[in-house]
Amino acid sequence: MRHTLSLILVLATIWVLNSGHYTSLLLSLGFISILFVVYLSHKMDVVDEESQPFQLRATIIFYWIWLLKEILMSNLSVAKHIWLGPNSISPSMKKIKVSQSTDMGKVIYANSITLTPGTVTVDIDGETFLVHALTEETLHQLLQGEMDRRVTQLEKS
Amino acid sequence: MEGFWFVLTSVFLISGAFLIFTGAVGVLRFPDFYTRMHASSLTDTMGSGLILTGCLLLADHEWLVMAKLVMIFLFLLLTGPTANHALVKAALHSGLKPKLGAEPS
Repeated sequence: MRHTLSLILVLATIWVLNSGHYTSLLLSLGFISILFVVYLSHKMDVVDEESQPFQLRATIIFYWIWLLKEILMSNLSVAKHIWLGPNSISPSMKKIKVSQSTDMGKVIYANSITLTPGTVTVDIDGETFLVHALTEETLHQLLQGEMDRRVTQLEKS
Repeated sequence: MEGFWFVLTSVFLISGAFLIFTGAVGVLRFPDFYTRMHASSLTDTMGSGLILTGCLLLADHEWLVMAKLVMIFLFLLLTGPTANHALVKAALHSGLKPKLGAEPS
């Protein structure tokens, strides 16, 4: 129920922000389409804690800010390596252990790794990620595990 | 638009364009598929992020336009890594070996 209400709220917000027209005809058409999408989502069995993750801590907002800062730093580092040329990079690949227990935590961690330029999650196998990095340095930074620790903190309820 | 905001907007737009250009140069310069993926992820995180921030400043006080720009940015943050991961995983599973610079210790 909670998940359905949240889905309706999210869909309504997206619809209103994208429309910008508030006549009764268009609003009722929007309402009908929202109900239709919610019905379809129920049929597809996707209205659950994976699509509406309430179980995560609200501190995920601070994680986003920290992640934006990380993206900024690694962007500058990759841009530097591009202009320094192919001789300045040392591509490396390594399996790393992850400490998240839930699927949602693993998805957040893997997506965060891929989102920061310079590292990309190639494969996921249970408790290990196969990570490809542009330089050994970035891989070592990842192995220090700050991102891993921060994501694990998010999933504890 | 006053002088200061004009300059700030220009800085965001120009640096965003420069980062996208850098990404394109990286795709051409780097040696193999996997390293090229790193260069292309430059364009869909900070390159587009900076350009959208510039557009946000340009859209002064038109809230609907600003909301749409923010939505575009969030959408890119979700689709970018998903597409990157799918491409890289497909490449590895079909047998493309990455060129490794040095053995990871």
